Amino acid sequence: MPRVSQIIVRTALINFALGYTLGALALIEKGLRVLPWLWTLKASHVHVLLIGAMVQLACGVAVWIMPRLDAAGDRGNLLLVWIGYAALNGGVALAALHAPLTALVGSSSLDAMPILAAALYGVAAAAFVAHIWRRVLPFQAIPRPSQPSEPR
Amino acid sequence: MYFQARVFIKSALVYLAASFVVGGLLLANQGLRFSGPLALMLPVYYHLLTVGWLTQLICGVALWMFPPLSRERPRGDERLAWVAYGALNSGLLLRAVAEPLHGWRPHPALGWALALAALLQLLAIWLLVAALWPRVKGRATPAPRAPGERRE
Repeated sequence: MPRVSQIIVRTALINFALGYTLGALALIEKGLRVLPWLWTLKASHVHVLLIGAMVQLACGVAVWIMPRLDAAGDRGNLLLVWIGYAALNGGVALAALHAPLTALVGSSSLDAMPILAAALYGVAAAAFVAHIWRRVLPFQAIPRPSQPSEPR
Repeated sequence: MYFQARVFIKSALVYLAASFVVGGLLLANQGLRFSGPLALMLPVYYHLLTVGWLTQLICGVALWMFPPLSRERPRGDERLAWVAYGALNSGLLLRAVAEPLHGWRPHPALGWALALAALLQLLAIWLLVAALWPRVKGRATPAPRAPGERRE
């Protein structure tokens, strides 16, 4: 597994743990009515689990496991993956923090957060698609890199 | 595919079927309105699909396909994933029963059941993350072979 996939998959695992923790707090509030603010974590729970954990895990595994571009193992432009990684996690953080912070400080000052989160999600999707698209290949004989000393 | 991964994936398939039955009933109820309290099953439907199906499928495939931990213990400590499997499924089934009942006829015991379901699912995901975390790595270094040992 390449370094970039290790980081993406580990971030997804952290988001799995975080997302389930947020969901557990919201469910405990639903059952026991301990602190009404905990219910605002429900939207954060959805963003962290669906985008931060599941989508991110799929992207990390895809970067690892999709066909390489040549027999030397080239995975293409990994800068796009890093841009996607940063944008996706920035978007998740903004989207997840919006509802709980709004409940604490009021809505008008934080209205830009979901808009910025949406823009970051768009950047993340575009970057991952741009990287992965070329690697969705039919089964084929991949040309070996040319070696000058190799006899024909 | 080894036994533990098969158990996770087959259980996920059962939840996929169960969630589609519940989802079908909810859709039919929207049109035919044969039961008011049935609408309380909506969060159960979402969680059968995302926890029972998606999370369990993801974990089953990850346990199967992630790089082996070492030659001696390729899957690490399998007990972690078994305890997680028990906690995830018992927590999810407890929730599937307690949540609609709590919405229909609230009772303190049902509230505590929801809290217990939350804690069981939380325990499960932390254990699964603990089981998978050390396997997010590059190529495993093979152990030195004993003299005369054959490669498998």
